[in-house]
Amino acid sequence: MDRYLVQRAGFALLGLMALMVVLPILLVIGTIVVQGGGAISWEFLSAMPRDGMKAGGIFPAIVGTLLLTLGTALVAIPIGVGGAVYLAEYARDTWLTRAIRLAIINLAGIPSVVYGLFGLGLFVLFLQFGTSILAGALTLAIMTLPIIISAAEEALRGVPTEFRTVSISLGGTRWQGIRRVVLPQALPGIITGVILGLLRAAGETAPILFTVAAFFLPRLPQSPFDQTMALPYHLYVISTQVPGMPLQIQFGTALVLLILVLSLNVLATSIRSYFRRRRQW
Amino acid sequence: MSLNKPRRRWSEFAIEAGIRVLGFSSIGFVLLIFLFLLREGLPLFFEVPLGNLFSTRWYPTFDLFGILPLTLGSILVTITAIAIAVPLGVASAVFVREVAPGWAREILKPMIEVLAGIPSVVLGFFGMTLLAPFIRETLGVATGLTAFTGALILAYMALPTIISVAEDALDAVPKSYRDAGLAMGATQWQTIWRVVVPAARSGMVMAVMLGMGRAIGETMAVMMVTGNAARMPLTLDSLFRPMRTMTATIAAEMGEVAQGSTHYHALFGIGIILFVLTFIINLAAASTIFKRRRRGGLR
Amino acid sequence: MTQTQSGPKIRIEKVSYAYEGKPALRDVTIDVPAHAISVFFGPAGGGKTTLLRLINRLNDVVEGTHMSGRVLLDGQDIYAPGMDVIQLRRRVGMVFALPLPLPGTIRENVLYGPELAGVRDRTRLEELLSRSLTQAALWDEVKDRLDNPASALSGGQQQRLCIARSLALEPEVLLLDEPTSGLDPISTGKVEESLYELKQNYTIVIVPHSTQQAARVADYAAFFLMGELIEHQPGTEIFTTPRQQRTEDYVTGRFG
Repeated sequence: MDRYLVQRAGFALLGLMALMVVLPILLVIGTIVVQGGGAISWEFLSAMPRDGMKAGGIFPAIVGTLLLTLGTALVAIPIGVGGAVYLAEYARDTWLTRAIRLAIINLAGIPSVVYGLFGLGLFVLFLQFGTSILAGALTLAIMTLPIIISAAEEALRGVPTEFRTVSISLGGTRWQGIRRVVLPQALPGIITGVILGLLRAAGETAPILFTVAAFFLPRLPQSPFDQTMALPYHLYVISTQVPGMPLQIQFGTALVLLILVLSLNVLATSIRSYFRRRRQW
Repeated sequence: MSLNKPRRRWSEFAIEAGIRVLGFSSIGFVLLIFLFLLREGLPLFFEVPLGNLFSTRWYPTFDLFGILPLTLGSILVTITAIAIAVPLGVASAVFVREVAPGWAREILKPMIEVLAGIPSVVLGFFGMTLLAPFIRETLGVATGLTAFTGALILAYMALPTIISVAEDALDAVPKSYRDAGLAMGATQWQTIWRVVVPAARSGMVMAVMLGMGRAIGETMAVMMVTGNAARMPLTLDSLFRPMRTMTATIAAEMGEVAQGSTHYHALFGIGIILFVLTFIINLAAASTIFKRRRRGGLR
Repeated sequence: MTQTQSGPKIRIEKVSYAYEGKPALRDVTIDVPAHAISVFFGPAGGGKTTLLRLINRLNDVVEGTHMSGRVLLDGQDIYAPGMDVIQLRRRVGMVFALPLPLPGTIRENVLYGPELAGVRDRTRLEELLSRSLTQAALWDEVKDRLDNPASALSGGQQQRLCIARSLALEPEVLLLDEPTSGLDPISTGKVEESLYELKQNYTIVIVPHSTQQAARVADYAAFFLMGELIEHQPGTEIFTTPRQQRTEDYVTGRFG
């Protein structure tokens, strides 16, 4: 029957298109690993940049990105998880709840560079934090919120309703049930969501362009009000703004950023699958 | 049981009030963002005549603030990216959900998550150093930094969104639909395209819209690979020439403007346009979600 | 708790209840005597479970409901403003149709309620643990593995664990909603045996999962049909000599 021939050809075509999605990913990662691998050395990771960044290491950029991510986590985790608890456990289906959901969807859709503008307007200028880690971390935190809220809410909703009912029937208040039963059960899912949100923050450039990033700053920041270098911005700078930059350093920087982000990615997905398998319900 | 009334009721009250505030905070942030964009961007409309704003030349040094080339640039790049990403994304989603053997799914899903995790600047860097030269040589154009190069990178950045939303949509189609299709003597291939995909239509539309929102707002990669020439894309070959988007304009120029200058206000003005544009796209996408929720009687 | 022994333990007074406009209970009045097993039985959708959940105000968390009438516990209206609902739920325990152990160990499950109630004393907690597990006829089976996950127990053991968990709060009333519906006959027998023991000290209301079970355990039996209380009698009379035709039809298996 020729329609089965059509089916076979169709499936092959679908497979081919899926391959076209996957191959470029492998190509990007493969190229960066191959070309950048040679640049990675202890000095590259732990030294200050020298010679107008054409030699030395990228240590301050790594530290800056870690600090920014940490700051983002400190702000975004409590707000995001709290917001998710509200939506999953307390919110009723009212117009206000719908407005919150709409707001979250929109936060998720706002372009990263617009977050940058917002951070510049509110934190850097209006609140006079200046271009600083504080301003950048706050900007990144708000950008990260929708990711954390959505993931945490999904994790909370995954916990069977019966646990809440049982807790209440045993004389627990609603909050006691949440804290002692629901949150611990949802924790792996929440952690996964938080990591996915943070890795997004760690890799973003546009929101920190005008809020924190220092073009070249060969020392470590001393306070949250200091500027800092950051890996993604550093990669942007050395690949577009500095003529004569050795290609190997560029690829090396890209590789370090890629490793940082992808290892967080792997961490998040392994936590998720590990606990999915272990779950009792 | 001898029970003293727990003293913790008050602290609980405080915690629950706090959670409530955090729940509402998202609305606050959206309003705050809009407010500050307006605050810094609105003066533009008093400083620059509308005729200038809607002209075809963006040349801030000479007080020319025509946003048309930037807007058209964004639209061209976004539409091209979507035109590339949608067939690939829908095909991949159908492949993963309906056709692929287990092992292929085990490879594809994590790969797509990896793609979603690659920072924009890394893709931009890859596009600049490898993709652009490749495009210049294959197409024989003057420079590889073109709208097409940007669209290609953008397409891949939009793919994870499109694939995952489309997959969810396919997932939501009841198994009975598939059984019914097969029972009527259709092949699996026919069932997929005549029954399953049409049934997942609204989700597919949402996938396209969210992918579009993602593409139009993308900044770094686009800025690094499109060549950043603010020209009107009116000729047929525009796709293979340098181009500039709204996002790239903000990112590239904000560092050099004097705070409070007209140029500064203009960049925030572009921010307002982007905000409103993505707001509308996401509103449209969200309305399909809410419609589906209500029909499904969730909660 | 001091109380007057004269009245019934629980008095349901002209209770009507509707969920999203659909009536679930119509004008139900019934007395539940102390230290006895009362059985609410009848076909599904008759309002038995709803009534049970009203007695410890578990339906408070459900949206879109409307209730009228009064529910009195020791003569006190539990729906009166100012009623401490948390305290009420500690006095009135609930066991659900499916065994629902909380995630965690056997010990954590049993002591969940007391710990929420603020009991911190170690010896007191140990005492509650062993006593309630003994009362639920589970102690001998689990005393050597109290720190194992509760989910590792069999279905019947899990359900007795849930009974023990309610008993650990030392309630006055124990409500059981088809507590043996998922269990095999042997486990069912064990649960029923533990109920006979428990009625010395507790007021028990049970929605049985079959008419046979109703006849086995009832000291008092009430027949519910479509939200109405049809008939309420002491002992097993209702199963042998029902006064109402509708009860007889159900008991003799003509419908349901």
